[in-house]
Amino acid sequence: MQFSENWLRTFVNPPLDSAALAHLLTMAGLEVEETRPVAPPFTGVVVARIVEAEKHPNADKLKLCKVDIGAGELLQIVCGAPNAAVGMKAPCAKVGARLPGDFAIEAAKLRGVESFGMLCSARELGLSDDHAGLLALPEEAPVGADIRAYLALDDTRFEIKLTPNRADCLSLTGIAREVAALAGAPFTPAPLTLVPPVTDARRAIALDAPKACPRYCGRIIGGVNARAQTPGWMKDRLQRSGIRAIHALVDITNYVMLELGQPLHVFDNARLSGAIHVRLPRPGEELLLLNEQTVKPAPDTLLIADEARALALAGIMGGEESGVTLATTEIFLESAFFAPEAVAGRARAHGFSSDASHRYERGVDFQLQRPAIERATQLILDICGGAPGPVEEARSDADLPQRREVRLRPARARQVLGIELDDDILRGLLERVHLQVRDLAVELRVTPPAFRFDIEIEEDLIEEIARLYGYDNIPAPAPRAGLSMLAVPESARTDWEVRHRLAGRGFQEVVNFAFVDEAWEHDFCANARPIRLANPIASQMSVMRSSLLPGLIANLASNRKRQQNRVRVFESGRCFVRADGESGAGADGEVPGFAQPRRLAALAAGPALPEQWGEAARPVDFYDLKGDLEALFAPRPLAFAPVAAPALHPGRAAAVFLDGRRIGVIGEIHPQWVQRHELGGAPIVFEIDLEAALAAVRPANGEISRMPAALRDLALVVPVSVSAEQALAALREAAPEVVREISLFDVYQGRGVEPGHKSLAFRISMQDTQRTLEDAEVDAVISGLLLHVERAVGGRLRV
Amino acid sequence: MDKLDQLVNEARTAFAAAADGAALEQAKARFLGKSGLVTEQLKALGGLAPEEKRERGAAINRAKTAIEAALEARRDSLRAAALDAQLAAERLDVTLPGRGPAPGGLHPVSRTLERIERLFHSIGFVIADGPEIETDWYNFTALNLPPNHPARSMQDTFFLDGRDEVLRTHTSPVQIRAMLAHAERHRGRDIMPDLRIIAPGRVYRVDSDATHSPMFHQIEVLWVGERVSFADLKGVAVDFLRQFFETEALQVRFRPSFFPFTEPSAEIDVGFMGGALEGRWLEIAGCGMVHPNVLRCGGIDPERHTGFAFGFGLDRLAMLRYGVGDLRLFFEGDLRFLSQFR
Repeated sequence: MQFSENWLRTFVNPPLDSAALAHLLTMAGLEVEETRPVAPPFTGVVVARIVEAEKHPNADKLKLCKVDIGAGELLQIVCGAPNAAVGMKAPCAKVGARLPGDFAIEAAKLRGVESFGMLCSARELGLSDDHAGLLALPEEAPVGADIRAYLALDDTRFEIKLTPNRADCLSLTGIAREVAALAGAPFTPAPLTLVPPVTDARRAIALDAPKACPRYCGRIIGGVNARAQTPGWMKDRLQRSGIRAIHALVDITNYVMLELGQPLHVFDNARLSGAIHVRLPRPGEELLLLNEQTVKPAPDTLLIADEARALALAGIMGGEESGVTLATTEIFLESAFFAPEAVAGRARAHGFSSDASHRYERGVDFQLQRPAIERATQLILDICGGAPGPVEEARSDADLPQRREVRLRPARARQVLGIELDDDILRGLLERVHLQVRDLAVELRVTPPAFRFDIEIEEDLIEEIARLYGYDNIPAPAPRAGLSMLAVPESARTDWEVRHRLAGRGFQEVVNFAFVDEAWEHDFCANARPIRLANPIASQMSVMRSSLLPGLIANLASNRKRQQNRVRVFESGRCFVRADGESGAGADGEVPGFAQPRRLAALAAGPALPEQWGEAARPVDFYDLKGDLEALFAPRPLAFAPVAAPALHPGRAAAVFLDGRRIGVIGEIHPQWVQRHELGGAPIVFEIDLEAALAAVRPANGEISRMPAALRDLALVVPVSVSAEQALAALREAAPEVVREISLFDVYQGRGVEPGHKSLAFRISMQDTQRTLEDAEVDAVISGLLLHVERAVGGRLRV
Repeated sequence: MDKLDQLVNEARTAFAAAADGAALEQAKARFLGKSGLVTEQLKALGGLAPEEKRERGAAINRAKTAIEAALEARRDSLRAAALDAQLAAERLDVTLPGRGPAPGGLHPVSRTLERIERLFHSIGFVIADGPEIETDWYNFTALNLPPNHPARSMQDTFFLDGRDEVLRTHTSPVQIRAMLAHAERHRGRDIMPDLRIIAPGRVYRVDSDATHSPMFHQIEVLWVGERVSFADLKGVAVDFLRQFFETEALQVRFRPSFFPFTEPSAEIDVGFMGGALEGRWLEIAGCGMVHPNVLRCGGIDPERHTGFAFGFGLDRLAMLRYGVGDLRLFFEGDLRFLSQFR
């Protein structure tokens, strides 16, 4: 809501300057977003009339003017404006004037001719961007008058951000009422006179949907001059309130809407036939609106119609075919109350909003229709002339909003707010904003006025009390509460521990958008049915991600473009997968139809280590990242098995298992994506369920043997198809209790090992808790292991 | 000079002249060896009278001890010299950089959130979480935003294609989920303990410029109990903001506002009393007493329990804390930007 401060001060004029007034409003919940002077500071500019305008003797584009500024003597002024002409009135900055930007006007010689002042454009006075020519002033502008006074430029535009509950402040009257209550200043309402009818012209009104429209006032005014000029003061007030002046009839309705808060509409009476019906649409009905949009109103959108056709979307916008034009001579003026529920959301459904719908859906004072139509009539008669008929009012009392008494328990108000406040003071606060208070000793009963749509329950009153008491006056003590400790479960790690572990291993956390390019989902996740947004912000952000990996890959690509070749990034966040129908997963989840697991993913690309002097540079590989992943879960062991995944190299990808449950994948990005997205090298990624990483094991003490350990190295030759995991598993299966640890310490393939085979070297650590192992026992264990490995995976001792 | 004294002097000179261990051992043999000069002197004792023999013997032993001491001293000094030489040879350029991996870091918004969680945890708040694809009921209706409510247009919602669910526009739906779970857990008991949660997370709105991102982070703070008041809300919020910015020189003001899910409602503005942002009020959070309709939707009786909630933009706090001017930097994954917050 925008308005002119001077206009507001015609209703209420507290002894506060603009800044203090803005603060008062802001701290009462009417947030002043901006105050902007109508004109920047300048002095010495007066209304002037051009008496002579000759061509400059030495310049084609300049004129030599003689100007009357009411000082008796004419001023000679050189002027370059194309519209400077004899008889024109325009602002003139006198010698000694100061224009915006601290530009001082002095007597000067322009191309050899003396000039005593400057004729000004709107831009030169900081009034607008218009610099096409001089600012043309009306013929009646008094020569010599100070331009600031004449144009009432010592005014400030206020822009307030109104919350939807304060529809009562969508008018100058409403804001003035509020200021009067807050500042304790007297309030002078807009002048209201009943304009008696002078004709008998009337049009019948039928409320066909009385719940949606319980009151409709209409009035015919004949003989109006639609071409009449809107007075300057009205144009200024409209413009300073953010509304463009159009022509007198429309300007007057907008003016009354701003002044009182009642939206009005004018129809061209000659284009109406029969009674007005306020009704719901008929099937297939269409309407061409004033904004040249043709709409098919939804079945619950209220219409204004005559007996022939739909005329307007009630409370939203008028129709093109029944609107007034400059040729209109007889109007039908509408001032109606539409229920908020009947207007809410309807304009938005058609993709626009209007000043009227904005007010109606928030609530218009339902007692305002007659005063507003009288006020508008008076202004129309004053400006456009005409002969009014009687006001026709259709009303359904049962359907008008009720203002019920609301109970207020002062003790509860005090408790909710945490303040001490006497009942009398509390009651006084409510009465200041026109609430009627009845004291029933144990509680108060409060009735709101017709213009307040936001007082229905006790909390509404408590809020009103807080607002008027002043939020600043409520104390801010440290709260008191019972102390009890919060759980610190040892079997869980926090999100933060997991992230810090990864950061400790050189990864930088990133946060990527959860909506991604559909092509990514297709390429990297083989997701043919991604979750689409109905209204994406851009086509490359149109579907919800089902994996964190594409985002990390994009991070790699963009960082490579910025010459960052060593990239180690991770992200923790939700992914989104359909879980409808048979597939089931997540069907009982928080939101049926979707699984939204929290995942953790990392990507490493470029050199394994930062460039440094002491280590040979080598590219990061699968086993580096596998080590990072294992470290993340340590001491819990992970298992890995080859897997196929669309984003990954088919021979360098593994499913990751924890306690036998699959928790994610790890692998090298498929070379085709590396090439297509110019990723360079072979980036390695993993993606796992975050929940798996959040579980932890509580450590428990075990027996530590004091006996010496026996170590044996065992080099096994196995076919290359046998995985290290398989060989290790075979050894573990056959290992008796004395085998404490089996670790793989070498893998070899090449000379000395027959083709198609590889050598895996294991160190076997054996120890008994009670005694030293004999050599013979150790040998027997090793023989047993060998025998089993040979049977299980075809391994034999390397010789 | 006594011959023995002369011998001791000779030995000292010889030991001093020995440049290394081998030379020193040779010199030792010359004096203390089986046929060394000292041994010779002892052998010569045989022909002396007992009295003389004792005196002379003692004198020789003194000389021997002196020679041995000189030998040991020379050994020590040679060892020390050898060690010095070794140490000198082993000198490192200690200014060469250390080896090995370099640490990464958390995202600045995470860093901010981790601190905030700790602050709230210190007064008994626990973390709550909720889905990001949310039902209309949790995101709007249960928060006192029925269909067609004008306040719904305050939030530019992302809708899913062909479905009724939305991307949550705020973290407030977690309030409802947490209250329902809490009420269920304590159903049928005389006393319901206070519910104190913070719910951080990603939220989504159709908006994009230097100060708006279509995805951003919010954190919701909720305390429901038998006597929770607006004054408590102010107390907690002011305490939090001063701890977060680590300054008492922070003005905090509460300005009446409107949210459908709270009443009374307020916007919280902060004003710094120094630095680049001095003299401006910055809107930082929305808050208020939980609306009775919202409590009811959360399964809680508003006659018995009241509560406060506040929600603020995590990204905005991080921007203020670290002097970041453009919100979009948080979501571009630029390592040059992100690595500053390690």
